[in-house]
Amino acid sequence: MERIPILKMGEFLLVTIQVDMHDRLAMQLQDDLTDRIAATGARGVLIDISALEMVDSFIGRMIANIAAMARILDAQTVVTGMQPAVAITLVELGLTLTGVRTALNVERGMTLLRSLLDEAAGVAHDAIADSEDADVGAGE
Amino acid sequence: MSVLANDLLPVRTANDIVVVRQHVRALAIELGFSLVDQTKMVTAASELARNTLAHGGGGTARIEVVAANARRGLRMTFEDRGKGISDLELAMRDGYSTGGGLGLGLSGTRRLMNEFELQSKPGEGTRVSATRWK
Amino acid sequence: MTPRDTSVLPSVLQKRSAELLDAWIAEQTRSDGYRPDLIADAELRDQSRELLASASAAVSAGGLESPTHPSWQATRQLLNSIAESRATAGFAPAATATFVLSLKQPIFEALRKDVQNPERLADELWHATTLIDRLALQTMESTLEARERVIARQHEDMLELSTPVVKLWDGILALPMIGTLDSARTQVVMESLLQRIVETGAEVAIIDITGVPTVDTLVAQHLIKTVTAARLMGADCIISGIRPQIAATIVHLGVDLSEVATKSTLADAFRLALARTGHSLGRAPARERR
Repeated sequence: MERIPILKMGEFLLVTIQVDMHDRLAMQLQDDLTDRIAATGARGVLIDISALEMVDSFIGRMIANIAAMARILDAQTVVTGMQPAVAITLVELGLTLTGVRTALNVERGMTLLRSLLDEAAGVAHDAIADSEDADVGAGE
Repeated sequence: MSVLANDLLPVRTANDIVVVRQHVRALAIELGFSLVDQTKMVTAASELARNTLAHGGGGTARIEVVAANARRGLRMTFEDRGKGISDLELAMRDGYSTGGGLGLGLSGTRRLMNEFELQSKPGEGTRVSATRWK
Repeated sequence: MTPRDTSVLPSVLQKRSAELLDAWIAEQTRSDGYRPDLIADAELRDQSRELLASASAAVSAGGLESPTHPSWQATRQLLNSIAESRATAGFAPAATATFVLSLKQPIFEALRKDVQNPERLADELWHATTLIDRLALQTMESTLEARERVIARQHEDMLELSTPVVKLWDGILALPMIGTLDSARTQVVMESLLQRIVETGAEVAIIDITGVPTVDTLVAQHLIKTVTAARLMGADCIISGIRPQIAATIVHLGVDLSEVATKSTLADAFRLALARTGHSLGRAPARERR
């Protein structure tokens, strides 16, 4: 069965959706991506939809699901390249895709992913530093 | 109002939804609708087709080119013989969904089109008709 | 009344096509609608010959039966394209109708020569006149539609010109809106803004409404939808230049702007946009400023 290819780019995974997806293909992508994130330990997923001429509630749900599942597996998701007509239609439909980060194109998306990961690393770093200080304090 | 073209398509499988979308897209382009209008119509068709399949147990999609007052439009009618919608008002409300999805109901789809008609009888089936004018 | 299927009109049109064309051209040249400045004589002759041949063919194929007879398809299309080209050239609708109507006299003359019986002649004249009237009416309709299309196109061009999207800085676009906004205009403008965002890869778009005296609910909703759409695409919007009266209207209408960044001046919006895109503004030391 045809599948949407998932490319590995460093610690990120890149998916480019170019076909008018039927439901099964979308579900397959959802499964494939979560498998790959877990298998590769990828920290970021970039879904490029610049070639998608339509996003309905099913595809919207798929995107939101992927972002949620990725988050559980400690990966950030960014959706890039949404076409203006698609964005206008989604707004009219009332589909807000909350919890999904977006960027204008793949390049911006990569930058965003990197900054999100840096942010997360910075927070972890601060947390470790705080706990070390605490240990030092307790020893007196 | 007169009907200038008329196509009846089956909505029985997930692939049929794609076929309906592509049919609507092609007709919309032929009629000279703007890209935004095309996208709205294709998305509406996708939503309604999926409803017919998921809640109506499958049915048909009638795509027509209509004309009235020197304007032309595209009308899509989805019919099924499923269990029907018991509370039409509830179904049309924003945020309502029985499928556990994002809870859009039919109100979102209605906003994408100019005219929208919903008829349903529990136990007999549902018919949704939506039109977009150029 | 002579039934249509035994009418001699088809054969008259065929037999006398050459003299009909000449007579028709002569009529047209005499009429008010004659505009050699808008259409050259040679082109006019070609147009007339084509239409006459097409009508003649349709009539021979049974077109006299009814105006919706399939044999009229080609003639209808021909009339549409003639109407379109004349509308673009600047012909008044009446002139284009006269073009068709002036075919009556030549056809009447031809029928008078071929039909001796007065009663029969009266019937044939009636068939001919209803035929040409129908063609003329159709041409009028096509011409009016064509003119409306031209006007709509010009309107769109004007809209685009009156609301340019400007690049303020790398990654920052501004859309200065001026004058009263109606729902249609706002929609067109918003769509083009989103398109420009994609084309330029802008990160921030400032929609400045300093020059807008009033805003109604529909327009406010369009603004919010545009901001939401831009965000979905990955760009940020800032609305600036909101006058106190408009702020009051927005609150009064119950429109929710809490999710949208707003600044009262374009300058403030620009400063915010620079910050958002990672730029900082500095002042050169005093002695370097001239």
